[in-house]
Amino acid sequence: MLSTSVRQGARQLRLVRNVAVAALANGSAQPIGAQIAQSCEFGSAALVPLKKTELVSLSQVGGNILPFAARGYATVVDGLKYAESHEWAKVDGETATIGITDFAQSELGDVVYVELPEVGATVEAKETFGVVESVKAASDVYSPVTGEVVEVNDALVDDPSKLNSEPFEGGWMMKVKVSDASDLDGLMDSAAYSASCDE
Amino acid sequence: MASLTLLKWTAKTASRHARSLVGAGARLAELRAVNAGLDGIQRRFASTDLLKTELYDFHVNKGAKMVPFAGYSMPIQYQDSIMDSTTYCREKGSIFDVSHMLGITLSGKDAISFIESLIVSDIAALKDGSGCLSILMNEQGGAIDDTVVTKVDGENVYFVVNAGNREKDLTHINAHLAKWKADGKDVSITTHEDRGIFAVQGPAAADTLQKLVDIDLSKMYFSDFTVAPIDGIESFITRTGYTGEDGFELSIPSHGAKQIIEALLSAGDLKLAGLGARDSLRLEAGLCLYGNDMDDGVSPIEAGLTWTISKSRREECAFVGGDVIKKQLADGVGIRRIGLICKGAPARNGSKILNEDGEEIGHITSGGFSPCLKKNIAMGYVKKGYQKSGTELKVEVRKRVSDAVVTKMPFVPAKYYRP
Repeated sequence: MLSTSVRQGARQLRLVRNVAVAALANGSAQPIGAQIAQSCEFGSAALVPLKKTELVSLSQVGGNILPFAARGYATVVDGLKYAESHEWAKVDGETATIGITDFAQSELGDVVYVELPEVGATVEAKETFGVVESVKAASDVYSPVTGEVVEVNDALVDDPSKLNSEPFEGGWMMKVKVSDASDLDGLMDSAAYSASCDE
Repeated sequence: MASLTLLKWTAKTASRHARSLVGAGARLAELRAVNAGLDGIQRRFASTDLLKTELYDFHVNKGAKMVPFAGYSMPIQYQDSIMDSTTYCREKGSIFDVSHMLGITLSGKDAISFIESLIVSDIAALKDGSGCLSILMNEQGGAIDDTVVTKVDGENVYFVVNAGNREKDLTHINAHLAKWKADGKDVSITTHEDRGIFAVQGPAAADTLQKLVDIDLSKMYFSDFTVAPIDGIESFITRTGYTGEDGFELSIPSHGAKQIIEALLSAGDLKLAGLGARDSLRLEAGLCLYGNDMDDGVSPIEAGLTWTISKSRREECAFVGGDVIKKQLADGVGIRRIGLICKGAPARNGSKILNEDGEEIGHITSGGFSPCLKKNIAMGYVKKGYQKSGTELKVEVRKRVSDAVVTKMPFVPAKYYRP
């Protein structure tokens, strides 16, 4: 679970992580990032920078959460599987939780509308399962796996901004009972996904 | 015929708009390009051919996301989200670089009668140093472009045309100009390629600009025009805009563009805003985006812009396409532009408009989520009979049908500075 200090509102959470990412990448010891990494619900997640930009250490930012880090970085989480089309899958037994990545949400901008599949519907790997709309555009989202939808995150319908504020946590979109585990083999790990976003 | 063209056009673009916008997906760059709305125009240009305004490096240094727009690489947004940037303009104020637009001056004894032969407005009747929104007409009664035309004085007319229509407009104007000149008329054209244009919009616009000019802006009203130095640099100042807010459009010699934009940023609370916010603002203000909400196949009357046709010119309609307009004024038209507030998913360009029986009666031409109203707004064309404010209609987005109600525009009240 996330530590209480990090649960102070979604936007801040992202900034904390972004600063932490910068600090980790700079090689400074035991920054906030390490705490996040240890307390993150995705297990032993390490946050890695997606975009190579100027790196700063925590000592430089004095422990404050500064908005400079709000752009230029996006986070990824270890232990998840990633699709080229910027969705993530977290596998737990037969079930995969699906969402969009931090990189995707930051590129989309303020999400104002989310369309989710019905529970019981079948989704196909690499086919659309929903739509995410920002102020200026409608965007299809693609399922990384084939299977039956067993749960959808209805909270997103009332509060689509969760997709921006916590794309890997409260912004999850659906849970799918995976019918063919080999779908997962075609997905990337966090390092490969990071690299693909840097290209 | 006119309406058919429009409906075909919207149908053609519908699928592109609705479905080509992938992704959380692989085509995010493409998505960004679509954000600004002028889809067709943008995509004609490969990114390698893009033109840059004088301020390209300035924008990049300010953290702008640059996108192809009408052949130019332009900022779609800076550090702030489009949502925040839109609301900030209405709370305080914003500066937009719109140097991709083209300022044109017509000069000579016959300049006013020449421009009047091409547009629907009575320019001769304007007082010197004032202007109006007008429509550059084609032979079929459709709109070649919309443009704010200023009567500088009895022998000079200044107007600004859309970036995406630059070539088309100039070809049309020059063809007519050649005939006028051949008839011995006194009119010549200057295109202000060497000038940039900034829009300064919002409640803080006037106070901020006032710090950089010696003229008294409190005496300059909506649609007024003057030539005066800004921070020492001779500029054209028009009290107009594309947001519904009070504000100015400033035409500035390119060499002074950076100096003036920095002076404006230092002088007050204004922030830079990009084309994304500009599009949200103009939609909230109920203003047409040429290429979406009006085009060569739509007449000013169908577009709900009959008010731009000066009363003094309605009897004769002595302008290009005037016979079509004269007939439409007498007989009415079959389609009308309307505003809608929609439930469900935001209805965007190309979405169908249905009546309560589910029959298709029109199309959305622009739409999206309003950052200021926090609901979905749209404009589009419907068959005659459905345009009345309060009419309950439906919109179809990705095969799902949602409620919509015809709503008077502007959606957000205009705040033009008038006497």
